Amino acid sequence: MHMTASDVAYNGKVEGDVIVTRADAVINWIRQHSVWPMPMGLACCAIELMASAASRYDISRFGMEVMRFSPRQSDCMIVAGTVTYKMAEVVRRIYDQMGDPKWVVAMGACASTGGMYRSYAVMQGVDNIVPVDVYVSGCPPRPEALLDAMMKLQDKIGRDSSVRNLRKTKAVAAQ
Amino acid sequence: MIDEDFTKSLLEKHSYLTQRDSVDWLTVECAPEKLVSFVQSLRDLEGFEILIDLTAIDHGEGDEFRYSTVIHLYSLVHRGYVRIHSICADNDKPAMPSVSGIYPAANWHERETFDMFGIHFSDHPNLKRILMWDEYPYFPLRKDFPLAGIDTPLPADDVVEVTQASVEPAPMMGGPFVSPNSGSMSDSEPRAKDESWTEKKGKPV
Repeated sequence: MHMTASDVAYNGKVEGDVIVTRADAVINWIRQHSVWPMPMGLACCAIELMASAASRYDISRFGMEVMRFSPRQSDCMIVAGTVTYKMAEVVRRIYDQMGDPKWVVAMGACASTGGMYRSYAVMQGVDNIVPVDVYVSGCPPRPEALLDAMMKLQDKIGRDSSVRNLRKTKAVAAQ
Repeated sequence: MIDEDFTKSLLEKHSYLTQRDSVDWLTVECAPEKLVSFVQSLRDLEGFEILIDLTAIDHGEGDEFRYSTVIHLYSLVHRGYVRIHSICADNDKPAMPSVSGIYPAANWHERETFDMFGIHFSDHPNLKRILMWDEYPYFPLRKDFPLAGIDTPLPADDVVEVTQASVEPAPMMGGPFVSPNSGSMSDSEPRAKDESWTEKKGKPV
């Protein structure tokens, strides 16, 4: 019987209490469906971010409703708004305080590229200071666009090689 | 009402004032050394209770007196404004007495004016930058400062070490980005005035 290694498949009648799968598939499945976002609300995009968390758009359908305002408790930073050079330091420090594994979503034109703020005060894209996983277009993006981006992020997490990363980390730690 | 009688009596009471041309409200020219006492008397004797705005003007590098400050006061009694214009004597180190002792609201206005124009307000209780970070070396609203900005290091050394980020001039790409102020909402979003040029493809002369 052929079975793709990335599926989590379980047939209770045949297999009893035993599940056979790859560790990567399980770890990614867990991470994918329990993203804890850190709302880095810096401008008007934060309003749309709030709307996507509220009842109408309801981000909790995807297991992401646990918005944490502490970087220690979250693993996905949503940069929602204009990143000024003065704020850039703060954004980076908060990113550094998040535990691994962690992801970054640049929400809206400003966070992605500086948007319409071509000026002395605005950083031209948050990817100058933190690695960005998903960019969302729009000024501001509608909640649907953010939900789509978060689902893209879930896909990306699903393709991650968690165990291989773990081995790498162990090897580095052993040195 | 701020009418001719009020203007006349005010100019008589304060002989050091000169009236300036203005299309709307009474505008007077006041010497910096008289500014504090004049503003104090406006608030206490003439009923100008509210400080509406305090900012500065950069008249450009060629001007004899490059910087001046403008104060807008509003009176609920007279239902009108008075505008006070004061010229900074020194172009290299422009200075102005602070009115934050009279109007507490002036405190942050003066900090912003210092931040953007580099005008030093003497006797200000806490004159430091309010928008840009403390180490920032320029005054962005001066006429000789480019909108896109000037190369500057970021203030946090440890963040710079990890990210190699710095303050860079923003790509103007046909900008500045302004709203046309006419037409339908969908057509009046901020956009580059001349989209025919970018940093890569030269600006038409």
